[in-house]
Amino acid sequence: QDELMLVEYFRDQMKKDPDMASAVAAIRTLLEFLKRDKGETILGLRESLTSATDCLTGVDSSVAVSSGGELFLRFISLTSLEHQDLSRCKKVMEERGELFLEKISMSRTKVAKLCHTFIKDGAKILTHSYSRVVLRVLEKAAAEKKRFSVYVTESQPDAAGQHMAEALRKLNVPVTVVLDAAVGYVLEKVDLVIVGAEGVVESGGIINKIGTYQMALCSKAHNKPFYVVAESFKFVRLYPLNQQDVPDKFKYKADTLKTAKNLSEEHPIIDYTPPSLITLLFTDLGVLTPSAVSDELIKLYL
Amino acid sequence: MADSGVIDGPGRKDEIERAKSEGKDLTKEEKQRLRKEKKQQKKIKEKKDDKASQENEKEKKPVTSAAPASQPPTQPTVQKAPSAVPATAPVSVPASEASVPADKPTKTKAELKAERRARQEAERASKQTKKGETGQQAATSKPKAPPSDLQPVVKRLPEHIQVDNPDVLKKLAKKLERQQIPLRSDYGYKVSLFSHLHQYSRKAPLTQQLSIPSTVIHPAIVRLGLQYSHGIVAGSNARSVALLHAFKQVIRDYTTPQNEELSRDLVNKLKPYISFLNQCRPLSASMGNAIKYIKKEISNIPSNCKEDEAKNKLLNCIESYINEKIILAGVAIAKCAIEKQKISDGDVILVYGCSSLVNHILCKAFEKNRKFRVIVVDSRPRLEGKEALRRLVQKGISCTYVLISAVSYILPEVSKVFLGAHALLANGYVMSRVGTSQIALVAKAFNVPVLVCCETYKFCDRVQTDSFVSNELDDPDDLIVTRKGTTPLEGWENESSLGLLNLVYDVTPPDFVDLVITELGMIPCTSVPVVLRVKNVDQ
Repeated sequence: QDELMLVEYFRDQMKKDPDMASAVAAIRTLLEFLKRDKGETILGLRESLTSATDCLTGVDSSVAVSSGGELFLRFISLTSLEHQDLSRCKKVMEERGELFLEKISMSRTKVAKLCHTFIKDGAKILTHSYSRVVLRVLEKAAAEKKRFSVYVTESQPDAAGQHMAEALRKLNVPVTVVLDAAVGYVLEKVDLVIVGAEGVVESGGIINKIGTYQMALCSKAHNKPFYVVAESFKFVRLYPLNQQDVPDKFKYKADTLKTAKNLSEEHPIIDYTPPSLITLLFTDLGVLTPSAVSDELIKLYL
Repeated sequence: MADSGVIDGPGRKDEIERAKSEGKDLTKEEKQRLRKEKKQQKKIKEKKDDKASQENEKEKKPVTSAAPASQPPTQPTVQKAPSAVPATAPVSVPASEASVPADKPTKTKAELKAERRARQEAERASKQTKKGETGQQAATSKPKAPPSDLQPVVKRLPEHIQVDNPDVLKKLAKKLERQQIPLRSDYGYKVSLFSHLHQYSRKAPLTQQLSIPSTVIHPAIVRLGLQYSHGIVAGSNARSVALLHAFKQVIRDYTTPQNEELSRDLVNKLKPYISFLNQCRPLSASMGNAIKYIKKEISNIPSNCKEDEAKNKLLNCIESYINEKIILAGVAIAKCAIEKQKISDGDVILVYGCSSLVNHILCKAFEKNRKFRVIVVDSRPRLEGKEALRRLVQKGISCTYVLISAVSYILPEVSKVFLGAHALLANGYVMSRVGTSQIALVAKAFNVPVLVCCETYKFCDRVQTDSFVSNELDDPDDLIVTRKGTTPLEGWENESSLGLLNLVYDVTPPDFVDLVITELGMIPCTSVPVVLRVKNVDQ
């Protein structure tokens, strides 16, 4: 009933704008849900929003959806809701929701603006899998008339790297697709590494498509800078200590979680990169070092 | 520096003559600069004279006295270091002289007037003290610079890390004499790298030198001091709680004398107690924070409050401090560690020594039916791990016991390391029992995550990068051990080139620590200053 409508709306949003982050679509869905909700109390509203977020994570299990949902909830309730009338409170929350949505739709542009200056003329960039934020950054750099070439990893099992290479060819950027196993081989030719992130954790580390940790380790060994570009709604209240510590619900795709009998036979699709391997993070809150991420999180959540 | 005025005089004159000879008039800026330099020289001269005259006066001047314009309005350090020994490191003096011209524009008229007055008085006194001045300057590390010239408050070094400075010791002796507390003398040969720290012997407790009954010190405090110096009460949480309970007893037995206000008199009564406890065993960071809190609460008592009411209020404050910051914080930390899956089934957890907080977490996790086993690492001479082992085995947790020399042997088996902390410093360093940094280092080499559990009341504003500057030296006789009937180190005092070193604390850099669990949540080690900042805003 309600849940089906929710999922429908979510899928619609994703289809309408394939360039939009899944988290943004989720937040749009939650806003719509808020508008249509017929709850009587604020507490009930919060609970139904939380359960809606859980429902959405059941569809798309990426970290960003759950973090985006949580942040959305925090943002809209972080105001004085002392009005007598529930509808007025709801209206305030809706306005804040719209504001939040507006802010995050600008976030990719902000990130691109901060990051493109780090790409110098003649640079050789290595990136991993398909990331819309990295694409935006490279678009901006190309628009600034910088000449650079890109190496993309194939990123199995879904060959998302090919998709990225296609998009880059459209921008007239010389691109080479390399095997995931060739990262060590290619790193000596490369000047910098830029990757996106599905989630940024409290320690300052990132959760991203599997193969990112390897790339980070290799670039540390080669002393190449490892940059991460991520929007601020991807900050999540997790603190993994190692690969094992990442909760199972993020490691596998949502369908796999539902249908698989034995999770240990499934291969995870994300991995965790610790903060010691990351040079800088570019977010719409500014350019941060990994230790500053915790500072920002404390400001956002506490 | 009285000479410097003379030296610079001809220097400036040369400059002026040079400028004139070059046919240029002294520009406005140059004139201003010359005027500034003149003022600066006079100020420095005045500082020296002020210091010289202050040397002979009492240190404990009330901060609000108008005459010495050299007392800054902001001196939290006066409360902080109970000994008002104005011994700044030589670093502060060039800092003061460098900042003097920078601070010029921010002077107010009142301050300037006071300075001029002080200068005149000082110049009169300078003729008499000039002879002693040069001698004293060489001996003393420069006493506190007139802080009205310094906007950033100069933090004075606490006396307990300046034991090799005879003047600091003299000041301390004078202060203790005034407070009627016996001075504890150092014992044994001190290793030269640590000669700036106290080293006491357990065989000579401070209480033997006290008269019975002691009129100055409350018996609960005497008992506490004895418990500290003999190691009966050990561990930072235990010490803080014992201190607060003793203070509660003191407050219960306190009556305000005539013509005195409770808020001021009680604080003054506490000062000798704190000096006494400091002599028995140097205060820990957590105790320091607790004392700061109590003093603040006492001085915030309104003057129209009745005595009984005020005492009740204070007792409640202390109760709630113990409850919130220590007991409930421990519960919150355990909950956080267990719920966020930091202790999972099949884990092999390594602990070092006996930390009440870590033991509490492990016991709680065991109650929640997590399947894990513990490896307890222990070290001489304290062998605190035995106590931790006892507590854990009583609960039914399966434990292994090793000495610290075997730590690289068992680490491949370990999945996580849990450490307690004595204090967390403002630059993210963890101060804990000696041996902790060694374990963290080896764990890092084996890629095993290191978790530190610490309540926020142990966070302190200090910055330290090594274990030498501020530490504690325990009784060196503890290192002597009798095996198979022989005591090899028996006559160590007679060997002139032999020194026994029994360190108590060491500092671990934040790169070796993966996670700090506090009652506010899980934070990386580098975020400690953020928490301190947030706490200060709250207060």
